[in-house]
Amino acid sequence: MVSIKRLQESGADIIAVIGEIDASSSIELDLAIAKSVGEGFKRILVDCHALEYISSAGLGVFMSYIEELREKKIQMVLYGLKEKVANTFEILGLADLLHIRENKSEALKLANELSV
Amino acid sequence: MNYRYNIGCSLTNLKGIRDFVRKTLIENNVPEIQVSSIVLALDEMCSNVMIHAHHCNPDDSLELQIKHPQTHTFIFEIIDDGSVFDINEFAEPNMDSLVHDKRKGGLGIRLVKSIMDKIEYTKEEGKNICRLTKKV
Repeated sequence: MVSIKRLQESGADIIAVIGEIDASSSIELDLAIAKSVGEGFKRILVDCHALEYISSAGLGVFMSYIEELREKKIQMVLYGLKEKVANTFEILGLADLLHIRENKSEALKLANELSV
Repeated sequence: MNYRYNIGCSLTNLKGIRDFVRKTLIENNVPEIQVSSIVLALDEMCSNVMIHAHHCNPDDSLELQIKHPQTHTFIFEIIDDGSVFDINEFAEPNMDSLVHDKRKGGLGIRLVKSIMDKIEYTKEEGKNICRLTKKV
């Protein structure tokens, strides 16, 4: 259902989410973010280019990290959301709570700016 | 038109529910952006029933029916025999408390209420029916 790949670029951890995140697969996203945080990354980018679908279970994972990331001064930026996926974030007004950018370079730029 | 889909209460079956809803709506010429949000609402409702009424027991089943009584109206019925989980009685938590309490529930209910026009619960022949109405 979902496959998650991690790679590091310019000191940031990039989590690429491929496929669909629903109540059965949201745990995979949770584990990937937990690993990235556990390994001490201060900038986490979530590549959503190949994310075809997300339900509230996946959105809940992002929400559940907001406070921890704030406390640990970790910047997380999502990028490359397809319109149908972005629409789900918008229905809930999550675009105001999470950092979302168009592409990787903008996401990295924002993560760097916020880290200062 | 009346479409039916029966499935065990395992969360891995949500994909099948999404495919069934999507295919049915596209067959009936519903625009893509509306298809996506309706698919999402049904995923949320069915996962709620699977989790809260059936504890994800794959031996329990639920039935999803899609009715298309008028040109612009679709009715979705989720029929099961578990305990009733009425989202109308569930207060929507505000976003701040969701962030603060790290609650992963509650978001789905917000989504369903903002996507669907009407959410009703009835009981017929001992079965629970959750009826969602959407005008497209």
